[in-house]
Formats: sequence, structure tokens, C-alpha cells
Amino acid sequence: MPKAQVTFQDVGVTVTVPAGTRLIEVSEKVGAGITYGCREGECCTCLTKVISGHENLAPPSVLEDQVLKDNFAPRHHRLACQAQVLGGEIVVKPA
Amino acid sequence: MGITKAMTAMAQAAAAAITEHGVAIAPGVHWIGALDPGLRSFDIILKTANGTTYNSYVVRGSAGVAVIDTVKENFSETFFSRLESVARYDEIRAIVLNHLEPDHSGALPELLKRAPQAQLYISSRAQPMLKGLLHGERLNYMPVTTGDRVELGDRTLHFLQTPYLHWPDTQCTFLEEEGILFSGDVFGCHFCDARLFNDAVGDFRFSFEYYYAHIMRPFRAHVLEALEQIEPLPLKLIAPAHGPVLRDAPERYVVRYRELSASKLKNEAAGEKTLVVFYVSAYGSTRAMAEALAAGAEDKGGVRVSLYDIEGGEVAPFVDLIEEADALAIGSPTINGDAVKPVWDLLSSLTAVNVRGKIGAAFGSYGWTGEAMQMVEDRLRGLKLRLPVKGVRARLIPTTEELASCRALGEQLALHLTGRVENRIIDMAELA
Repeated sequence: MPKAQVTFQDVGVTVTVPAGTRLIEVSEKVGAGITYGCREGECCTCLTKVISGHENLAPPSVLEDQVLKDNFAPRHHRLACQAQVLGGEIVVKPA
Repeated sequence: MGITKAMTAMAQAAAAAITEHGVAIAPGVHWIGALDPGLRSFDIILKTANGTTYNSYVVRGSAGVAVIDTVKENFSETFFSRLESVARYDEIRAIVLNHLEPDHSGALPELLKRAPQAQLYISSRAQPMLKGLLHGERLNYMPVTTGDRVELGDRTLHFLQTPYLHWPDTQCTFLEEEGILFSGDVFGCHFCDARLFNDAVGDFRFSFEYYYAHIMRPFRAHVLEALEQIEPLPLKLIAPAHGPVLRDAPERYVVRYRELSASKLKNEAAGEKTLVVFYVSAYGSTRAMAEALAAGAEDKGGVRVSLYDIEGGEVAPFVDLIEEADALAIGSPTINGDAVKPVWDLLSSLTAVNVRGKIGAAFGSYGWTGEAMQMVEDRLRGLKLRLPVKGVRARLIPTTEELASCRALGEQLALHLTGRVENRIIDMAELA
């Protein structure tokens, strides 16, 4: 299975994960500062800044895109409960 | 009749003393809200010793009327009666909801039926909530944000988006020509007095501070952001959604909000990071773990560590300490498969402050099952702390190695707090 490397910059941890993993599946386990509310892509609590490797995440769904717009999310920000890793290297930190 | 019932009857009689007419608060501006003197508990979390008010207002301009906020649904009759005393439904051009909680939006569906031509204005952050309140109803609303305006001919409403005071949707509306800030829940309080104005009602200082402490304090960073918008306004009157209308020295209440939003404690640690360690211990085992953790953190330097036995103090000052701290470690023994009540009492009180993003950790001694540490970790995650280091458990009396693990936990917390942690590379399988 293809792998990817996700770095949670605020806690200094890089995790090797299978492609298809969502950030939410990993961030809490490493103690990263990304925090969650609804965990269903609605509340925007888990807004996350993608410092690099934005192209290595699956594009946002229509729902996620709308929530990002409603909350005036800056460019290269994603919802950690939705964003799915495709491969390569990605560096993230709490928004 | 009991004393409580007698007092409630007196309060209701006082409420009835206000006629069913709107009350002028400025030229062409009326209060059309409702008094609820019998309420004794609000939103479950607040005591209301003399009830509350649901304040709504009408602004008349040369080109139409605006209604600002409504009331709790079961007070609709009074609201419509007062509204009809100062305006016709076909005159209403704008309905502004500063906050969609049901105590302010309860009469909205009926108002929209009676004034179908009116345009509804809500914060752009309020849209998901409006859908949640008015299921299936087709709504024509205008989302607004800071800087947006509504013209009523010779009068202008100017919106200020003030999110998280105390919901994401909250906003304030400023009537420029009269200097009136319709502030929603900001500067409000649960205090019911038919005399209505702050220079005429009874002493409501306690209610004002109590309301801030329970409703606004968890969002004090957002309060400070909102004050940046509010303080430059040429305020002549604040018209909040609950409690007295603040016509006498309204700026005093703005100043008080800034004071209340400052740190409650002077930070003796100055520039240092702070770690507060709380524990409960029946036989000294969890205490020994707490002491080892504290010593480990202290050894790394750059962190001011404080150690507290939860049983030796009251919850409220501990909450103040945690609000100001950078990191929090909690030690609980496991008794009957659970963390102990003093620990839960403290943890359940932390919703009153903002602890999001602080570093957290858990530890504790146990006899045979040891669930407490995991439960406390889960609760800390639920409070939106980050837990970069796994906690430590010890069966009964901690061994030298287990105390060393506690010490290492403290060292790691100190490194994370001071940004000195080295980057680790791990496989997801190791996280299971």
C-alpha cells in the first residue's frame, strides 16, 4: 500500500501513514494541537494549516469546501477531520 | 403561599406594571421585549435570582422600520403586542438577529409570517444555525459581516461581526445616528426589573459580573477582539438582549468588559512557561508520582512548576490557575474503575475557561484495573488540550522505574512547553 509522511509541526512528530488516512486518525494520537468539535466536517474547529504538501491531500469535498468558505479559511487550510492523505510528504500545524 | 411564590407574584405584578406598549429608549427607538421574572435557571448553567428579560427593539427610519432580535417563543404574544404599539407589520423592512439562540429567535417564524416583505439579516457565521432552527422553511436571508450596512432612509444600521460572544453567530448592530449599540448578549445580564434602565433598576452589578463569568469568560480572547471594534464607537447607549438598557455612562460597561477579560492572576512566572500539577492520593502513591513528574519538569529548566493536592483546595481558584497555565498534569488513582470525584469536579469545571491548545498529561496509581489515567486523558482531549506525551500508570506503590517514567514524563512536558523537543519519525502502527 502506498505510504505518506505527515509531519505535525507543533509537536515535532512525523508519522508514516498508509494512503487514504485522514489527519484526524493520527493527530490526536501524537498529541498535536489540532482540536476537534463535531468530527463530521461541519463546525470548522479542526481547521488546519497545510504548510507544505497541499497537493498531497485529496481535494476537499463540496461540503468541506463550503465550510471552509463559510469560515473564511485562508488558502491552504483544511479540515483535519476530512482531509485525506494521498502520498508524499505533508507538513501541518493548527490554524 | 410560600415566600418564594409570594416574591414571584410580586415580581410578576411589577412586570405587569409595564404597559403592553413599547418603551422609548431614544427618539424613534423602542424596547419591545418581554419580562420573565419567574425564571430561576437559564440554559441549565446559570441561576437567575430575579428572572431575566428578553430584549428586542424597533428602530424607525424615514424609509422603514427595523426589528432587532425577538423573544423566547412563549413570550411572543407580549412581543407582538408591544411591536404593534409602535409599528405596522407592513412598515418592517429589516429584521436583524444578533444571535440565534431560541430566547432571541423564538418569535422569528411568526414575525416572518406577519411581515413577509422584511429582509432578515444575520451574521454570515449564523447560516448553519438558522437552518438548524427553522427546519424545512424556505428563508430569504442576507448574511452580513463587519462593515455591512442597512439604510432605513435617515438612519443606518451598521453590523459588527463579534463571533463567540458566546456562539459563533453572535454580532452587534450599531445605529449610527443615535449612537446605540444593540449588543446582543454582550453587556447583558439576567436581571428582571420593569424599570428597565440601568439608572432606574435595582443593583444589578452582581448579575452583570456573574453573567460575564459564566457566558463570556470561556471566550475572553474573542471578547478582547470584539472590544477592539466596540471601543472606538461613539456610544450613547447600549441596548443588550438581556437585562437593563444601559443609558447612563454606557462606556463604563465597555471598560468593565476589558477589565474582566484581563488575566485574573498576575503571572508571577513572568516570561517562563508554567506547568500546574494536580493530584489526589489515598495512600501517597499518586502523590509520589506527581512529585516525580514535577521534579522532572523543573530539572529541564525554563518551566515554573506548581504542585497541588486537589483535596486541599476549592475548585474555583484551581480553575483560575489552570486558565493562566501553559500545561496541566492531572493525577488520579483508580477507584472502582473510575477517576475519583474531586478530579472529575475539577475537570468538569474547566468549560468555564478556555483551555484549548494547552498541553495536558495524566498519571496515577491503581490497584487492579487502572482506567483513570485513560479516562482523564480522554477528558483532556475533549477539552481540546493536546497530549504529546502518553501518561504513566503504576500498580499500587510505584517502583523506582515507574517513578523514573513519571520523571521522564515531566521532562518531556518541559521540553514540549519550551519548544526544545526533537523531531521524531514514527510509523502509524506504533500509535495504536
